[in-house]
Amino acid sequence: MLREAIPDLGKMVEPDRVRRELYTDPQIFELEMQRIHETVWIYCGHLSQIPKAGDYYTLQIGRQPMVMVRKADGGVSVLYNRCPHRGAMMCGDLKGNTGEFFRCSYHAWTFHHDGKLKNIPMMESGYQGTRLTRDNPDCSMKPAARVDVYRGFVFASLAKDGPSLKEFLGPSIVAFDDMCDRAPEGEVEIVPNCFRVIQHSNWKLFMENQIDALHPSVTHQSTGRAAHEVEKEIAKNTKSGEAPLSYHMLSAFATVTIDKWDSFQTINYPYGHCILTGYMGLRPQDPDTLAYDKIMIEKYGKKRFEEIVGVNIHHVLVYPGLSVQSPLQQLRAVRPLSVDRTLTEIWHFRLKGAPEAIYRRSLAYYNLVNSPATLINADDLENFWKCHQGLASDGGDWVSFARHFGRDIEKNGAVESGPNMGTSEAPMRNQMKAWARYMKG
Amino acid sequence: MTMANLETQHAVEQFLYRQAELLDGKQWQAWIDLFTDDGIYWMPPEPSHTTWEGMPAIFAEDKNLMKVRMGRVLHPDAWSQRPLWGTNHVVSNVQVVSEDSKGNIEARSRFHMMELRRDDVRHFAGSYLHKLKKTGDGYRIQLQRVDMTNAQAAYDYVLQVWV
Repeated sequence: MLREAIPDLGKMVEPDRVRRELYTDPQIFELEMQRIHETVWIYCGHLSQIPKAGDYYTLQIGRQPMVMVRKADGGVSVLYNRCPHRGAMMCGDLKGNTGEFFRCSYHAWTFHHDGKLKNIPMMESGYQGTRLTRDNPDCSMKPAARVDVYRGFVFASLAKDGPSLKEFLGPSIVAFDDMCDRAPEGEVEIVPNCFRVIQHSNWKLFMENQIDALHPSVTHQSTGRAAHEVEKEIAKNTKSGEAPLSYHMLSAFATVTIDKWDSFQTINYPYGHCILTGYMGLRPQDPDTLAYDKIMIEKYGKKRFEEIVGVNIHHVLVYPGLSVQSPLQQLRAVRPLSVDRTLTEIWHFRLKGAPEAIYRRSLAYYNLVNSPATLINADDLENFWKCHQGLASDGGDWVSFARHFGRDIEKNGAVESGPNMGTSEAPMRNQMKAWARYMKG
Repeated sequence: MTMANLETQHAVEQFLYRQAELLDGKQWQAWIDLFTDDGIYWMPPEPSHTTWEGMPAIFAEDKNLMKVRMGRVLHPDAWSQRPLWGTNHVVSNVQVVSEDSKGNIEARSRFHMMELRRDDVRHFAGSYLHKLKKTGDGYRIQLQRVDMTNAQAAYDYVLQVWV
């Protein structure tokens, strides 16, 4: 269908439904990148990814290629990955070490880790009397407008105005606190591996699916059932009568009933973030857990320990681009590539000071659920593709988020799903409300 | 590397061809039966890894986990299994690296796998390392290490079954 201009966005989002073009129109996608992803705080990475001066990681914020680099003074910069001279990308690799300074591969302009010009070849003979002087910002790599770090997690915003990182995260900051507090040393470090998977659909489908508590029992039935069969068999044949916890992590996708999911709760915040409460049964009484508990109690005292492990979180979504499973120390960063292609970067963290067995427990989830040979996400990605195909058709104009609509509870500036309505579509309604507000510009 | 005798070379090649046939024929149980009871199928995310234990891995499956994967792909509600898909493995460059006194083998080879899913074709290629145990009933796999050249690239969709 030919369109001359972007349709009236105000008419595209209703409280319980949105127009399908939100997912399929390339012009709307461009505007989203500009008004949402290139404006709000976006997760770049963790400081432990770049431990040494000059270590860098490249990433995409909206449509902008960026590079996150560790400075000699221990700080971090996030810069546009672009030479100010002729526009060449400064770092062509996903990651690496740039040495004491950046050096362009085209004409050898060099820059400090904060992006400031170090040297231009022939600065004296070639540029005297031109507009290119050392103090001209056009001679330096452009930095992200704002960079902030919370407990090792690095965020950048490409807009100079707007809420601070802490204001933006609001209560969703618990995702990072929950991870770090459960480490005896109070911080996490990256497991140096990133699983990268591309889905053939709009980025919003991923964000909506993450806290759609009805979908696991439908989408992931096959793996849940298969894992449950093997789990029972192992339990029967072992002395302890128990299968490793990793089987439970998989079988839970089928054995957690919809009633149980409904007993969880979603809490939704104005910037689009969402917390899904509910525990995944990760506090068993096996010797590994007890050994970990002992270390934690020694470190924090009984009272604080109970507070820390009592945090009731299943999942935290930081809109528009981050999904955190803090009890398993893993996160997925969403990098939209185009209106119908989305990259997820999937990371796992180690609780510093925790026993190896605790690390291996969450590692099992990372490998089984989040690797490119995932037993779980394969079916999500299939659904995302199908949704995107259907939404691109003229078979209907609307996408519905009406499940438990009208029963949301507004409390302290947040919107909670009603009691025993954990499968509510409140998170999607809230995301779309935030989306509409951002898109007004 | 010593030159394996022709008979051993032939037997190892035939074993690897059979494994490829079972994968392409979706004979999952027969494929799992190629492994010893403590056999491991391992695909590291990068070539520098020397063990799967405690490491991120694309696959690190013992027979129990293989059974989960098989049970999943055969389940009627495995949605991603509904569309037409198939693979074609070519295994080549087979080198017997070592053979011990019991006839147990370490062999390296290269593979190229083409996958069709709906109307889309993907290519995966890389190398296999097989540690094969000699039994009265032919070879069994104690360890299969798969170093896929594409392993470190972003995955356009995911891998459903073993490569």
